[in-house]
Amino acid sequence: MTSVQQGAAPAPSNQPTDKIDATTGRVRPARRSSTGQRRPRFAKPQEGGFRKKRSVWLTVVMAVMLVYALLPLFWLFVNSTKTQDVLFNSFGLWFSGDFSLFANIGETLAYHDGEFIRWFGNTVLYVVVGAGGATFLATLAGYGLAKYDFPGKKGVFAVVLGAVAVPGTALAVPTFLMFSQLGLTNTPWAIILPSLISPFGLYLIWTYAIDSVPTELLEAARMDGAGEFRTFFTISLKLLSPGLITVLLFTMVATWNNYFLPLIMLSESTWYPLTVGLNQWNNQASTAGGEAIYNLVITGSFLTIIPIVIAFLFMQRYWQSGLAAGSVKQ
Amino acid sequence: MNSRFKKTVWRTLATATVGIAAGASLVACSSGPGGSADSGTAEDLEKALQTESSITVWAWAPAVEDIAKAFEEKYPKITVNVENVGTGNDQYTKLQNAIKAGSGAPDVAQIEYYALPQFALGKSLADLSKFGFDDLEDKFTASTWNSVNLNDKLYALPQDSGPMAMFYRKDVFDKYGIAVPETWDQYIAAAKTIHDADPNAYITNDTGDAGFTTSMIWQAGGKPYTVDGENVGINLQDEGSKKWADKWNQLVEGGYVAQTSSWSDEWFRGLSDGSIATLIIGSWMPGNLEGQAPDGSGQWRVAPMPQYEAGGTATAENGGGGDAVLEQSKNKLVAAAFLKYMNAEEGTQISIDKGGFPSTNADLESDEFLGYESEYFGGQKINEVFADSAKNVVKGWQYLPFQVYANSIYNDTVGQAYANKSDLNEGLTDWQKASASYGSEQGFTVSEK
Repeated sequence: MTSVQQGAAPAPSNQPTDKIDATTGRVRPARRSSTGQRRPRFAKPQEGGFRKKRSVWLTVVMAVMLVYALLPLFWLFVNSTKTQDVLFNSFGLWFSGDFSLFANIGETLAYHDGEFIRWFGNTVLYVVVGAGGATFLATLAGYGLAKYDFPGKKGVFAVVLGAVAVPGTALAVPTFLMFSQLGLTNTPWAIILPSLISPFGLYLIWTYAIDSVPTELLEAARMDGAGEFRTFFTISLKLLSPGLITVLLFTMVATWNNYFLPLIMLSESTWYPLTVGLNQWNNQASTAGGEAIYNLVITGSFLTIIPIVIAFLFMQRYWQSGLAAGSVKQ
Repeated sequence: MNSRFKKTVWRTLATATVGIAAGASLVACSSGPGGSADSGTAEDLEKALQTESSITVWAWAPAVEDIAKAFEEKYPKITVNVENVGTGNDQYTKLQNAIKAGSGAPDVAQIEYYALPQFALGKSLADLSKFGFDDLEDKFTASTWNSVNLNDKLYALPQDSGPMAMFYRKDVFDKYGIAVPETWDQYIAAAKTIHDADPNAYITNDTGDAGFTTSMIWQAGGKPYTVDGENVGINLQDEGSKKWADKWNQLVEGGYVAQTSSWSDEWFRGLSDGSIATLIIGSWMPGNLEGQAPDGSGQWRVAPMPQYEAGGTATAENGGGGDAVLEQSKNKLVAAAFLKYMNAEEGTQISIDKGGFPSTNADLESDEFLGYESEYFGGQKINEVFADSAKNVVKGWQYLPFQVYANSIYNDTVGQAYANKSDLNEGLTDWQKASASYGSEQGFTVSEK
């Protein structure tokens, strides 16, 4: 809001200067009024465009959305502080009984020879290699498709668009049968290899690269004698980084939450990611003589989302700057 | 947690995999040569156990790991790898996929009775009579033995069973002066008394559950499914099915059953505080109540299942399952020997200690078992009720050879009647139609009626 106020103050000099339009952020040439005086367009901020208006409705809708998004997280936190007994006998949205978060965390990490930690490690492996690799491949391919002309480009475009439309769930069983032939089921590759493919990420990088990497810049680099790979790694990659971060976030979340594929691919709990492992914990109560550990399932879920929340908060900065960078292009 | 999501996913998957597998099942496929015998005498089994080898077991029953340990101690040359690859449906999916893929299946798998025909008729399970296990018939209850014998072949050994009984809250019944219902009419009257007195209290919960519905039809004497090779009959409007639906309609249409999903935390809360006053469920329930509704301790009791006619004794099985040897197994002798150890020898006691309800006559008749006084149930000798129920299971029940799929579409059909509080008979008719058309697509000759 400070920029609006600055813009609102009448310029001390009569000399018209270019100024930044507060509403759009674009640089506009100053206009001269008939008297030669610069018109103080923002002298009365109340009139100064819709940006200043506070919509009660939007605020309410926003607040509802916020509650909607945060309530499950709050529930998760509150209930991860309860013991198994208290869990079933207390109001779900507030604390009750002893604060046993740390006892729960300890139990979660130790349960069944510490398999939670193993699953956590597996998940990290799948995310780092799978999502990292997917982002790298999507960037390479998207950039290549955006900046080079070659025969069959339209065909590739059609295939990628088609691939975006096919849900991974539908491919899981055929992929399983194929991997089974290759002897890859029950290995980390069964999760990592399919995760490396991100048609959506490719598409995103492609469209992003078209605008954000000026072809003139590439031509200049070529003129200066840089090879294509050098151009890509030293120039284009930096320009693409906001888009890259976006793709990384998407693929990270997708891999971190991946449930169906590992469910189908893996039949040894040593390679389970957290999603499948926690579901197994959750289900073990619903069988004759099964031990109920809902408190550990909830605490485990709580621990599971922490890294992804941190990743989002950390990378959001780059993401936002990326969006803004895109919007002021001239 | 999110059951609707789970159901949708399961459906996608059921269509994809069960379809493929059931379709493939009709193509006569020969079992591969493998490296081991497909049959053997007791001596062959004993000999195999003295040779170094290992087997993989897919099971989610908590006792199996302990049984495997005991087995390894007795036969040190054998290694048993127990993998919990998922409970129920999750495991069946993996099993179907591994069967379809032609490799990756375990040597032994836990399979519930309702799912057994699907795998058995798909020719993916070994015929255990080739190992002389036919002789074990006398060890098991009639109903469980019937469940593992299909088309004159023995496809599994029963591991546990779930003869049904009525679990009820004595405190709630006492509070409203309700006598323990012996007929379904009395049960319905009790439902009204409880709910009318306290709008938050219900006689039981029921949001529609395929396993429960089939068990209830079973008790009512219905025989909705008939299977003779590839000829399948489905009639969910036979006398018994209608009998159940007409009775249960009174509870569903009147809103006298709680809309709480079984196995949810609300469910256990209701079982703890008494807002769910009874459960009509399998005899394996006590362990789950003790573990997950500890606050209900001392309040619960067990009584025989209510009847359609006063003085009746009919019951049904609810849940329970056996263990099978896969055709893919390359170590069938050891797999079969483990099966026998687990379900007909030392393993049964370990299973009972872990909360499984036995399917073996000797255990059901033992004084130790019958005389057990459960503290949780106020000192009641609950096993007497359960053992009685096991004897009175209505004979001749049969599941579909694609029951796993059929159960997965239950929610779209009968489940809708539950949701709309409308006539269950219409829901059953829809379920029949949908199941029949799926069966036809899979190459079965399906007749409705």
